[in-house]
Amino acid sequence: MEEKQVLFAGFGGQGVLSMGQFLTHAALSAGKHVSWVPSYGAEMRGGTANCLVTISDEEISSPITENPLMAVILNRPSLDKFENKIKPNGTLVINSSLVDREPRRDDLDVLKLPVNELADRLGNPRGANMILLGAYLEKTKVVEVEKALEYFDVIFKGKSEEVIRKNKEAFLAGVEYARQHW
Amino acid sequence: MEKVLMKGNEALAEGAIRAGCRAYFGYPITPSSEIAEYMARKYPKIGGVFLQAESELAAINMVYGAASTGARVMTASSGPGISLKQEGISFIAEAELPCVIVNISRGGPGLGGIQPAQSDYFQATRGGGHGDYHTMVLAPASVQDMMDFAMEGFELADKYRIPVMIMAEGTLGQMMEPIILRDPVTPGYEKPWATTGCKGRKPNVITTLHLPPEELEQRNRYLKSKYDLIKAREKRAETFMTEDAKLVLVAFGLMSRVAKRAVMEVRKRGIKAGLIRPITLWPFPDEHIVEAAENGAKLFLSLEINMGQMVEDIKLALNGRSRVEFYGRIGIIPNPEEIVGVVMQIAEREGL
Amino acid sequence: MKVVAKRPESLYDKKFHYCPGCTHGIIHRVIAECIDEMGLREKTIGVCPVGCGVLAYEYFNFDMLEAAHGRAPAIATGIKRMLPENFVFTYQGDGDLASIGMAEIVHASARGENITVIFINNTIYGMTGGQMAPTTLIGQVTTTSPYGRKPELAGYPVRMAELLATNEGSAYICRTSVHNPANVNKTKKAIKKAIQTQLEGKGFSMVEILSTCPTNWGMSPLKALERVEKEMIPYFPLGEFKVKE
Repeated sequence: MEEKQVLFAGFGGQGVLSMGQFLTHAALSAGKHVSWVPSYGAEMRGGTANCLVTISDEEISSPITENPLMAVILNRPSLDKFENKIKPNGTLVINSSLVDREPRRDDLDVLKLPVNELADRLGNPRGANMILLGAYLEKTKVVEVEKALEYFDVIFKGKSEEVIRKNKEAFLAGVEYARQHW
Repeated sequence: MEKVLMKGNEALAEGAIRAGCRAYFGYPITPSSEIAEYMARKYPKIGGVFLQAESELAAINMVYGAASTGARVMTASSGPGISLKQEGISFIAEAELPCVIVNISRGGPGLGGIQPAQSDYFQATRGGGHGDYHTMVLAPASVQDMMDFAMEGFELADKYRIPVMIMAEGTLGQMMEPIILRDPVTPGYEKPWATTGCKGRKPNVITTLHLPPEELEQRNRYLKSKYDLIKAREKRAETFMTEDAKLVLVAFGLMSRVAKRAVMEVRKRGIKAGLIRPITLWPFPDEHIVEAAENGAKLFLSLEINMGQMVEDIKLALNGRSRVEFYGRIGIIPNPEEIVGVVMQIAEREGL
Repeated sequence: MKVVAKRPESLYDKKFHYCPGCTHGIIHRVIAECIDEMGLREKTIGVCPVGCGVLAYEYFNFDMLEAAHGRAPAIATGIKRMLPENFVFTYQGDGDLASIGMAEIVHASARGENITVIFINNTIYGMTGGQMAPTTLIGQVTTTSPYGRKPELAGYPVRMAELLATNEGSAYICRTSVHNPANVNKTKKAIKKAIQTQLEGKGFSMVEILSTCPTNWGMSPLKALERVEKEMIPYFPLGEFKVKE
């Protein structure tokens, strides 16, 4: 697999950092080289959060990039900030519940899903990030969905069974959405 | 071997514990606080001492006291906090007390910001406080390095009776990478100088006061001979594709990985570029620089997250042999694409 | 022949460098006697200040460290936390403890740090040549208060024993004097009590000792002792301020 860099961006509190951590854990469990670099400090306190995940079969030289191959965008300011930075012909996943405009670029593979509505329907508003992640992995296969499910318990080690169950449910709802709509 | 995903700051703290460090004294400051928090969680369970001091001044002096008993001890902070510690570091260097001091560095001057930077290069490599002294300075570039250098730091500190500083950009403390957990070590250094109570021996005195001028000069000469020994033995650097390089990038810490990526990219475009990554910032690995120049490097490009502090050391190493240029940012780590652009521009201008 | 007085083992056989009439020497001896009598010499670790006591390690016959100005309580904290079975004390003057080291002493006390502090209060900076201290009395002439300390310019003298007694972590706080033999004896009793407090693990202990500086006060040794009684004790009353049971 070519080195892939994925940016997750949204409001602080949307679970942006933990989405990235989940993917990092899952990719590591699947035998990949990984790194997870969060934005921290003033930017985070200003209300937006993002993290960059790098996944590769080879040792990772730079865990930092200006131009990620993929971006998972959870709110409008993040789309405004990062749309132009995605690599040509890259992938853009958008939470259409909170992003009220269309992407301007036409070279990107744009995948939209109304995450917050789906989460509300599940009765699990805090599961929005896992829905998005499930859909994202089902579509991109950055890590096989089966692999991710296999490592769920390891990744959520220390969390209650109830929390793990709810997260898994949300994740699978995202997988299902991608199968039907993407 | 199984790898574990860890944050840089936590890997460093865990490395210190595995090196036998049993005391931590510190004061909270972003972006280093995870180290203190890790120790606060761990030490009560394994019989170590964690103490949140009232100030950086107090924290470094608690390190002074604890190190004087022969124990392995550590403190960590960031830019402004490291400035406050400098009084104590000068005393510790003179008293020859082994310890590890961590700077998870951010941008200055003054309060600056909390974003990643390498702006404390001068402070770290020139001693930092008053008097003729040095601390050894290690610059990790990965989360694995954070653990490994913490362990290595305590070995060097005990071996040379010197404070060792680990300096890492804020991002390195915050980011996660999988690492191999190293086996714990048992510190094996005799410390007959430690102040532990004089039972069965003559009293030990730890002092940094030398009023007679001859004694003071003798003391400084002795310290210099120790620093010369460290310079002769402990310079460390990683080189990458420097054998035939016409243009050599010099970068340390996380920045060096960005630079490495840029070297790989420009090589694809036919530019003979290479990289030197200083691992010890003091002593500075000047021989690696000279060797690259002897191999035909016409130009050295210092890449830093500051305004060009390391340029001086590269120039001193080269002593006029090759030219040195600089590119840097502050509060932000330049990305590989940006460095590729800079390198291509230089290559075009120089006809490389 | 019966020995009625001898040099304590905890003191080297060495002449003090202190000025004639200065009470540092008496206090060193009292500390050494207490440590000997309590059988603690081989367990003791002392921390010297910056000030006239900077060279105290030249006189005490046990493990000693020299601290940066004001930081002795932090160093003692580091030692005591690693070696809780040892007896750890600091020896500090008023500039060191009450001025530049105010944060360290207040927090050592607040933490209930199980160390003992011997605080020498002579209302002046001795080693640097007679400048104003935080304990300098109102009207007292020093090289940096040449017209006498004026409260509107330099505020008021700090009463450390009273201040630290308010901290929950303080287990034993006492102020004594060494201006006559009766008070020297009381000082010795107080130091023993402070040491005992530490040995029992009760927390922070301090004995503040009113002391003289004939050289920088510009007085004869005898006059200096009189000043302690007439001018200092009225502002810095003697007695125990905190005794934790």
